[in-house]
Amino acid sequence: MKQRIIIIGSGVAGLTTAGVLAENGFEVVVLEKESRIGGHVRKWDRLFPNRRPANEVMEFIEKVLNSSVDLRCGVTVNGVIRHDEEFIVLLSNNETVTGHALVLATGFQLFDAHKKEEYGYGIYDNVITSAELETIFKEGKQLTTNEGKTPHRVGIIHCVGSRDEKVGNLYCSKVCCVTGVKQAIEIREQLPECEVFSFYMDLRMYDRHFEELYYEAQQQWAVNFIRGRLSECSENPDHTLILKAEDTLTGRPLKMTVDIVILLVGIIPDPETGKIASMLGLPIGTDGFLMSGDEHIKDNTTTIPGIYLTGAVKGPASIVNTIADARATAQQITSRFMAG
Amino acid sequence: MKDFGYTLQPDFSIDFDRNDKRMMLYVVNHEPSLNLCIGCGSCTATCSTGHFTSFNIRAIHTLLRRGETHQLKQEIRKCMFCGKCQLVCPRGVNLRNVILRINRAIEQIG
Ligand SMILES: Cc1cc2nc3c(=O)[nH]c(=O)nc-3n(C[C@H](O)[C@H](O)[C@H](O)COP(=O)(O)OP(=O)(O)OC[C@H]3O[C@@H](n4cnc5c(N)ncnc54)[C@H](O)[C@@H]3O)c2cc1C
Ligand code: SF4
Ligand code: SF4
Ligand code: SF4
Repeated sequence: MKQRIIIIGSGVAGLTTAGVLAENGFEVVVLEKESRIGGHVRKWDRLFPNRRPANEVMEFIEKVLNSSVDLRCGVTVNGVIRHDEEFIVLLSNNETVTGHALVLATGFQLFDAHKKEEYGYGIYDNVITSAELETIFKEGKQLTTNEGKTPHRVGIIHCVGSRDEKVGNLYCSKVCCVTGVKQAIEIREQLPECEVFSFYMDLRMYDRHFEELYYEAQQQWAVNFIRGRLSECSENPDHTLILKAEDTLTGRPLKMTVDIVILLVGIIPDPETGKIASMLGLPIGTDGFLMSGDEHIKDNTTTIPGIYLTGAVKGPASIVNTIADARATAQQITSRFMAG
Repeated sequence: MKDFGYTLQPDFSIDFDRNDKRMMLYVVNHEPSLNLCIGCGSCTATCSTGHFTSFNIRAIHTLLRRGETHQLKQEIRKCMFCGKCQLVCPRGVNLRNVILRINRAIEQIG
């Protein structure tokens, strides 16, 4: 009999794990709560660091799926029962699935920008999020103000909902710095007359080709970087926005009028995943993301044999890291069942 | 001696080795949250005093941590103790107590 593996979540993490497991001869069930597979990456237009279309990555990942992968969309997990060596998962549609291992690949959620009230999201129409900008680009639209005007100046705000004890998130969301630099370039590319100013505390260009993207943003696209965290955003009668920060490199308070503000919203843990974890007895980190068995050497397994974690469910991660992680998870599962 | 028209300028750099660190130690010992500062500038950006004068609370507490205290007495007097800076700090630095402790340090060490 083929072993059956249940994967919760069909983002890059879940689908990659599913693809490799199917290739290795397992039967795989993927549960996805949304009506479509693909997770967050399906919503992105072009990807850092090289601005290739996100669709290319999605197509690649979907191609590895074969007939031994049973995809079920529009279902969530209501409960999990452990019975001998098996997991019985109760679904929201009252069905059950039984498997020999369980992979949590439920990813992350975006920080709700309404919570940083001083930044004006949901109050001023020309304050949008980085995710909303991706949608505008993906739909092939021009970036305009809410009044339909071409912006002359755009402000990009780093660390919205991250590195901020006032919202309870001390950690860094890791991928927003480079996303902001990528989006700054894309705005300049689409609207060469529009100035772009990024307000940052640190530019965390941690991975390969990130620093080069930052260099390109300055050299080729004349993107401006101001080292200071936004303290507040307010609106003028004409719906332009005033940004206030300290320009820490000159040591003076600064104000600037912009037409559109883009908030680089952070990555937060999924509350539903937290509930599943508590139900299973899996430890949750101080940052709210799930904890693996060992952060260095057993980062795909958990304290419970047969339960695995993969991708951004363990905290902010880029696609390349998520794919590597998912392949490692599939390998761990394969070794476990091959050996025994 | 022939006058070449040159004058000797005092060293403008922060001489950390020679600076008196007593005030800094007093303040961080009484308010260790100051060590959590990441220099984001939110405190300065939100401070009303800083918008009308050269007062810069971030620069003041950063200089303090380098042992630079000669301007401290004149500068800290400008603070209205309103606490707005503390409300916005992403690291939860207890800035009102930092300011209070700076004033105490000036009284005690001077
Ligand atoms: C604005 C932004 C732009 C980004 N751009 C890039 C980029 O250009 N390049 C790059 O490398 N990375 C980028 N990233 C990071 C990228 O999005 C992540 O690496 C990737 O989404 C992680 O995949 P994942 O599968 O772990 O999680 P997700 O994409 O979050 O997928 C998780 C899936 O699980 C499902 N799910 C959750 N809970 C349940 C449940 N209880 N039951 C069933 N299903 C569930 C969700 O609906 C979702 O489909 C960006 C991130 C952000 C925020
Ligand atoms: S990646 Fe950059 S913008 Fe995102 S939380 Fe970290 S420092 Fe802030
Ligand atoms: S307490 Fe002092 S430093 Fe802080 S905002 Fe008020 S005046 Fe400025
Ligand atoms: S707001 Fe807080 S972290 Fe930012 S510079 Fe001021 S004290 Fe430091």
